[in-house]
Amino acid sequence: MMYVALGIAVWILGWWINVRLANGAASDTVSARVAVPLIFGLTIVVVWELMVRGFEVSPVILPAPTDVIERIGSSGATLWADFRQTILKGALVGYVLGAAAAFAVAILADRSEFLTRGILPVGGFMAALPIVGTAPIFVKWLGSDWESKAAVVGVMVFFPILVNTVAGLKDTSAMQRDLMRTYAAGYWPTLFKLRLPSAAPFIFNGLKIGTTLALIGAIVAEFFGSPTVGMGFRISTSFGQLALDMVWAEIVVAALAGSAFYGIMVLIEKRVTFWHPSQR
Amino acid sequence: MRSILPVLTVVAGILGFWLLAVIPMNMHLVADQAQRDGAVVTPDTPTARQDLSGVGLALKNVHLIPLTYDFQRPRLPAPQQVAGEMVDTIFGRSVTSKRSLVYHGWVTLAPTLLGFAIGTGLGILLAVGIVYSRVMDRSVMPWAIVSQTIPILALAPMVIVVLGSMGIQGLFPKSLIAAYLSFFPVVVGMVKGLRSPDAMQLDLLRTYNASKPQGFWNLRLPASVPYLFASLKIGISASLVGTIVAELPTGARAGFGARMLVGDQYGQPLVSWAALFAAALTAAALVGLFGLIERMTLKRMGMQAA
Repeated sequence: MMYVALGIAVWILGWWINVRLANGAASDTVSARVAVPLIFGLTIVVVWELMVRGFEVSPVILPAPTDVIERIGSSGATLWADFRQTILKGALVGYVLGAAAAFAVAILADRSEFLTRGILPVGGFMAALPIVGTAPIFVKWLGSDWESKAAVVGVMVFFPILVNTVAGLKDTSAMQRDLMRTYAAGYWPTLFKLRLPSAAPFIFNGLKIGTTLALIGAIVAEFFGSPTVGMGFRISTSFGQLALDMVWAEIVVAALAGSAFYGIMVLIEKRVTFWHPSQR
Repeated sequence: MRSILPVLTVVAGILGFWLLAVIPMNMHLVADQAQRDGAVVTPDTPTARQDLSGVGLALKNVHLIPLTYDFQRPRLPAPQQVAGEMVDTIFGRSVTSKRSLVYHGWVTLAPTLLGFAIGTGLGILLAVGIVYSRVMDRSVMPWAIVSQTIPILALAPMVIVVLGSMGIQGLFPKSLIAAYLSFFPVVVGMVKGLRSPDAMQLDLLRTYNASKPQGFWNLRLPASVPYLFASLKIGISASLVGTIVAELPTGARAGFGARMLVGDQYGQPLVSWAALFAAALTAAALVGLFGLIERMTLKRMGMQAA
């Protein structure tokens, strides 16, 4: 009972600090902007720990954060092997292939107004479909190792990136295009100097959507057959053994990897599209 | 309207590619089967055939090519086979039959819609909270954005099993996944929408001496409608994907996800493919429906669709 009371107290304390910080005079400083969400996140973890202890929740249903941290410490090698198999091989290879293919098709389609008008609706339609359902088919075709995961990921990221790139390449004003024409610029100089740069915000939007899809695709595809390594494999087998701390450890790794992947894309975007209004 | 022809061309291109791919994908299987049935196949040993690519084998056995389009257990079924299977399982069976895709479709659709409704409702409430409370904005919003980068969908099957072990089964666990997935797009979109009135419009309301609720109902809420619809279209397809993934490796017996898996495990590729396409059609219909409602609503409100 003491744990529960302590949990409620921690929650009230965390919220009170945040109210003070967010409504206080220093609320717009960088440190306050970072501190408030961090305190919120930390409060949730601490309350979770205390509630699990206080209500004596079975670790088979919900392990405490300390159990998960302990597991991450003790199974570092396994987690690293899973990370390499799923993220570095499956997700990353598929992401690069899918993005490159989408980019190439977008440039090709862009040469014809007719094709652009055909590809945008079809691509948008395909992006909304449950493509992850193709996972069993790809596993059957390409075997259970990472190649089939890369294929699922490639197909999943292909359409969002394609649609965004095609839309981006169209996003130049008539004035800008006319200016290029007065410079006697041909197709390629116009593409590289005007249209690709102005398409960059759109392309990065597609690439950012793709980061999450890549992770989902790689992990879900592993549920349908994988060698005895990989995050999806580990999640489903650990689950079978009721080792929920391992499942949560993989969740933590997946969350960190997903956020890092997204973060890297945002950083590259900031470097590349520093001129865009949304970055200033 | 003027993009109908280009769209049809692109679709025809995809279909053409599919039709061509059927030949090399199935050629080895077809050649083995044809030899067992007594037909002449070159080269005549399976090991020699393994060394050839699908295209090479097809060129040496031109007379077998038609068979690749009518193979019972193909690696890649031909489009007309999938269409035939879909017509048969949608119109050819009674709706209550376990073999009817309409039945399986409903098993998937019901939790999707329930979850979507829950997720959207909660998402809108949280967005209002975020817009009006600085503390919530500063503490919850960053996590709402981070949560988008976490592949939580990959854990859907586990959530189903955990809830199942606690005695919660049926519609609700799948709805929970669907709700979670539609929740965050709605939060992010609605926050953006509720903040979309510019300073000039807010100032105008202040000069009218409008109260806070008036500002909400008369300015912020209407201004957020286009953003809400954009989020709804993302949310409903995410909900459907979530429900299907939740059905995949959990031993579910009904629903599109279960059908995809059953076809895979019992060597009936047509069943999997028909379920996949039916799921795609359902997603398209749902998104299309919201697009239609969006256009009608915005027209009534005197706005342009984004």
